[in-house]
Amino acid sequence: MPEIFLDNLKKSYGSVEVLHGIDLEMEHAEFTVLVGPSGCGKSTTLRMIAGLETVSSGEIYIDNKPVSKLEPKERDLAMVFQDYALYPHMNVEKNMSFALRLEKRPKKEIKRKVQEVAEIVGLSEYLHRKPAELSGGQRQRVAMGRALTRDSSTFLFDEPLSNLDAKLRTQMRAELAMMRQRVRKNMIYVTHDQIEAMTLADRIVVMHGGYIQQQGTPEQLFKKPANKFVAGFLGTPPMNFMPASLQRSGDDVYLSGKGFDLLCDGFTLDRLSQARSDHILLGVRPCDLDYQPDAATNAALDIDVVLSEYIGAQSVLIGDCGGQKIMVELKSDTPIALGERLRFSVDLKDLHFFNPEDDRAIG
Amino acid sequence: MSTSTSFNRLTPYVFLAPAVIIMALALLYPLGYMMYGSFREWDPSQAMGESTFVGLKNYITLWNDPNFRESTLVTLKFAVSVVTVEMFIGVGLALMLDRNLRGMSLLRTLFILPMMIAPVVVGLIWRYMYHPTLGIFNRGLKGVGLESVDWLGQHALLSVIIADIWQWTPFIFILALAALQSLPRSALEASRIDGATGWQQIIHIKLPLMMPVLIVTCLLRLIDAFKVLEVILVMTEGGPGLSTEILALRISRTATEFRELGVAAAMSNYLLMLLLFITVLMLIYNRIMEHRAAKANRMIEEAH
Ligand SMILES: Nc1ncnc2c1ncn2[C@@H]1O[C@H](COP(=O)(O)OP(=O)(O)OP(=O)(O)O)[C@@H](O)[C@H]1O
Ligand SMILES: [Mg+2]
Repeated sequence: MPEIFLDNLKKSYGSVEVLHGIDLEMEHAEFTVLVGPSGCGKSTTLRMIAGLETVSSGEIYIDNKPVSKLEPKERDLAMVFQDYALYPHMNVEKNMSFALRLEKRPKKEIKRKVQEVAEIVGLSEYLHRKPAELSGGQRQRVAMGRALTRDSSTFLFDEPLSNLDAKLRTQMRAELAMMRQRVRKNMIYVTHDQIEAMTLADRIVVMHGGYIQQQGTPEQLFKKPANKFVAGFLGTPPMNFMPASLQRSGDDVYLSGKGFDLLCDGFTLDRLSQARSDHILLGVRPCDLDYQPDAATNAALDIDVVLSEYIGAQSVLIGDCGGQKIMVELKSDTPIALGERLRFSVDLKDLHFFNPEDDRAIG
Repeated sequence: MSTSTSFNRLTPYVFLAPAVIIMALALLYPLGYMMYGSFREWDPSQAMGESTFVGLKNYITLWNDPNFRESTLVTLKFAVSVVTVEMFIGVGLALMLDRNLRGMSLLRTLFILPMMIAPVVVGLIWRYMYHPTLGIFNRGLKGVGLESVDWLGQHALLSVIIADIWQWTPFIFILALAALQSLPRSALEASRIDGATGWQQIIHIKLPLMMPVLIVTCLLRLIDAFKVLEVILVMTEGGPGLSTEILALRISRTATEFRELGVAAAMSNYLLMLLLFITVLMLIYNRIMEHRAAKANRMIEEAH
């Protein structure tokens, strides 16, 4: 039985509905990551689970108990707020120990716990500073530390690492991943960062416009996105989309669009048999295009190089294929020149197909 | 080069000068006039120049005057008790009414009404309500079969204190409410998650964060309470005896009835000094607290 269960959860502010029925099941001790573009309702969902927003309709179950009418403190959870929400008049130590002090834990235990957590979040030297005397990233770490001192059964994180520099973020991410193995707790985590989502999540939930678009393991979502939005949202650089249509010539069937004619094999035709019409939207990830000058025309795309962005070992090539922008990942040492036409082979297995009317995945 | 920099440094003062001069004249002239007058024996019919210089005589006379002492004591009792009670009720009400329920804004407006009534009118209303036979209080007591109370006779000070509380609690109420509503919402939410009950939120989060506003409010009310005049003048005229003769009333009577402007001025100066003393005390207290916190921080950080 799931530990946390959202049943057709809706939220309206006045007459505006911002969440349109969220159904979500989280197993015990699962790390769930909510991702989605800004304003899609991630924080609202989290705040409803926490009990800080009222539930307009639907129900939240924790441990099979309906909790939507309970006070936050009766739900046994800790939370890291997107805007930190530190207590301005308390120093770091007091901030982190507030909950423990309310519980009247022994002083020694509180002190030990705070020091332990301060070590993890790297704030041992700042325990006596007030929030106003800290940088944004340090404040965020206090917020994180305040949640980690608790041993609640559920942890809610609202973009807890968004303000840290790249190095610290990687470090904290690793800490979190380790902590997650050590303490088996329910964790719900909101982030914009794909790497965070992919590395930490047992389950990723992609939200958009107040709806859940798809949920599943990172691998499921990456390999089999349910619709165009999820396909385009996960993965950097994002998936390329090109309109295509099925053309029959003799016994052969071609997937053709501007600048390409791909010969379909039996497996692909099987997948495409579910398409509602001959017009489909074709999706291909930049990493699935292979630079192969001598590939056959009917298994490759010809791309004119417009721009090359160097990002280390890999470069991202922005090219033009039959008048459409397309992105390709390429080893940086490949000798290429701007304006040159290059041939990239595609494996039909790596293609994603979408229905152009409703953007749903086919096959 | 050097002249231009020194000119640059002077520029702000040049711009400030007119404002400073006007302030000095407007603020300091009356004050200086009062100071000067307090060292003279001065009848209202005389021009200041015709009065005779008596040195500290006015101050010394007052110091040894039991009536003045009594009056000071009454003022202190009055000010301290009204401000204490008003702070408790005002802040308490604000904490209670800081919710977004329907009709709350109407209720809040009703609460501030007493403050909008002219003090003389307040005095008249309460005098009538305290009337031994016609007043609402005694009629109410009689209605439930209790003895009537001689409000403005035996319990004069208590009665004027109650009237003042009625009039000025709203002042503290609105300032406290404003302070409450500007508190960081998210910190309060965090405290709910951290398991704080309503009381614990008030004690650990709301009150400490409101403190700077509350201190200033308290100071303003205290200063005002020491100078209260009209309500008491109308209700009791300082009586019976000297039981409600607060300093402001005594000053006004000394100037008008006893025609001793010098003594009245000296009395005002005593009051001024008392208020200055309280203000400075509060500022120093504030400073010490800040200083102590900063010092503790430094020490701990150095130890690291
Ligand atoms: N108090 C409110 N009143 C009205 N609308 C609100 C309120 N709070 C949030 N919304 C709306 O609800 C929607 C979801 O907001 P939410 O804060 O959940 O977004 P989010 O996914 O957390 O975005 P971000 O990634 O930028 O934090 C937004 O369109 C927002 O405008
Ligand atoms: Mg958010």
